Amino acid sequence: MTTSNTSAVDYNFDVVRQFTVMTVIWGIFGTLVGVLIAAQLIWPALNFDTPWLTYSRLRPLHTNVVIFAFGTSALFATSYYVVQRTCQTRLFGGKLAAFTFWGWQAVIVAAVISLPLGYTSSKEYAELEWPIDILIAVVWISYAVVFFGTLVKRKTSHIYVANWFFGAFILVIMVLHIGNSMAIPISAMKSYSIYSGAIDAMMQWWYGHNAVGFLLTAGFLGMMYYFVPKQAERPVYSYRLSIVHFWALISLYIWAGPHHLHYTALPDWVQTVGMTMSIVLFLPSWGGMINGIMTLSGAWHKLRTDPILRFLIVSLSFYGMSTFEGPMMAIKSVNALSHYTDWTIGHVHSGALGWVAMISIGAMYHLIPILFNQGRMYSIRLINVHFWIHTSGVILYIVAMWISGVMQGLMWRAVNTDGTLTYSFVESLTASYPFYFIRFIGGVLVVSGFILMGYNMFKTIYAKDGSLQPVEET
Amino acid sequence: MDYGTLRGLVALLIFALFIIIVMWSYSKKRSAAFQDIANSIFEEDELNKQTKQSHLGINNKQETNNV
Repeated sequence: MTTSNTSAVDYNFDVVRQFTVMTVIWGIFGTLVGVLIAAQLIWPALNFDTPWLTYSRLRPLHTNVVIFAFGTSALFATSYYVVQRTCQTRLFGGKLAAFTFWGWQAVIVAAVISLPLGYTSSKEYAELEWPIDILIAVVWISYAVVFFGTLVKRKTSHIYVANWFFGAFILVIMVLHIGNSMAIPISAMKSYSIYSGAIDAMMQWWYGHNAVGFLLTAGFLGMMYYFVPKQAERPVYSYRLSIVHFWALISLYIWAGPHHLHYTALPDWVQTVGMTMSIVLFLPSWGGMINGIMTLSGAWHKLRTDPILRFLIVSLSFYGMSTFEGPMMAIKSVNALSHYTDWTIGHVHSGALGWVAMISIGAMYHLIPILFNQGRMYSIRLINVHFWIHTSGVILYIVAMWISGVMQGLMWRAVNTDGTLTYSFVESLTASYPFYFIRFIGGVLVVSGFILMGYNMFKTIYAKDGSLQPVEET
Repeated sequence: MDYGTLRGLVALLIFALFIIIVMWSYSKKRSAAFQDIANSIFEEDELNKQTKQSHLGINNKQETNNV
């Protein structure tokens, strides 16, 4: 299996190719479902009175597909690629790696079928019912075996920092998923959580926020620490900072979950701990962001010509923005205004479409030509068009949600002199309509960008081997 | 020792550990080693030079602005 000679290692790129192609396909599908439900919020008739097209069932489908199909496929692809390249050894496990691909796609297909049918455990971002949860656990443990097995048989003396982040992401997600999904099945597709009341809520957001912290952050930081230096052709700004970044981030994130449960039945002191830790989290987040962006110091001119690098660096600006916004929203008095409003949706999408999607898109554009024996993508111009469409879409989306969210928060808390509420809920909903339309336009732009990406990818894959030459740098 | 004191001590211990990590990673002795690790992701390209675009991290090559 491990045929390696001095010059080149026989890497397992098959599984990386599979995950890469599926990342783009799930990206198109997931954002398309997002646009449909955004449209339903403006034109409710778009559910066509069909139960499995209702907002309540498609919304978890949207979140599951973008997080677990698009985002996680991107993480599988990049972690398998990076761990092989930086350890200079073939992926451990042979068929087990192939199993993680087919197993994970099976999980997603099961989600795509079961969620619209109405099967849900009703835990946010963990809606899938127990048989699918078991499959997730099996695939994830296999993933850990493949990844850490590869680290064990590495040919290099050190473990490059990207792998530390990928490793932490894989381990923590395993613990979170198994911990939060503990349930007692009562039939083939129905189960009840073994946790009750406020403990269930605490478990849920310990899971939920660390899915953000470790899947949507640590994993993608692993991506950043490899692909940003690679694309910029410069080593990371400070390797020492990356070590401090790693330990600070993983030791702080795990405590931040309770900020999802401010002013609930959760004990007050737990809420305060969650708030405090969320604010402290600002430091490692920005340390990492600065480390990524400063990698470009002295080579800023590359941003003018390289749209892939632009995707990677702008993703870091969105990361910086949402990790400033996040700690601020975790402050209880700010949360009293922002919680349950569209501001939260705006925050999530500045992280998801800005940070997660843009760093993945950049990494995919870097990877696709390498994996399919080409010197570059089919069209650099289309990457550039994708960059501007995506960026405009994200900005329209988050600005609309900020305005709508703050407005809702203010309207909901407004009281007359006699203490009665100034506005009914429906009045705040009507006021949000224009912003829902702007959000819809932003979503359409994001999907269009993904479709362009799909076209560009297939053109690159089906081009004759080696026919696309890298742009000459003279 | 009651539970609260124990937790306080554990918190202090972890804080001390963090300080040690910072001092370890910023010690002058390790500076060169970390530089090598940071550059290690470019080694592979040096070995199989199929493309000419890849160089060891620091390249002073100027490029034109053609896309």
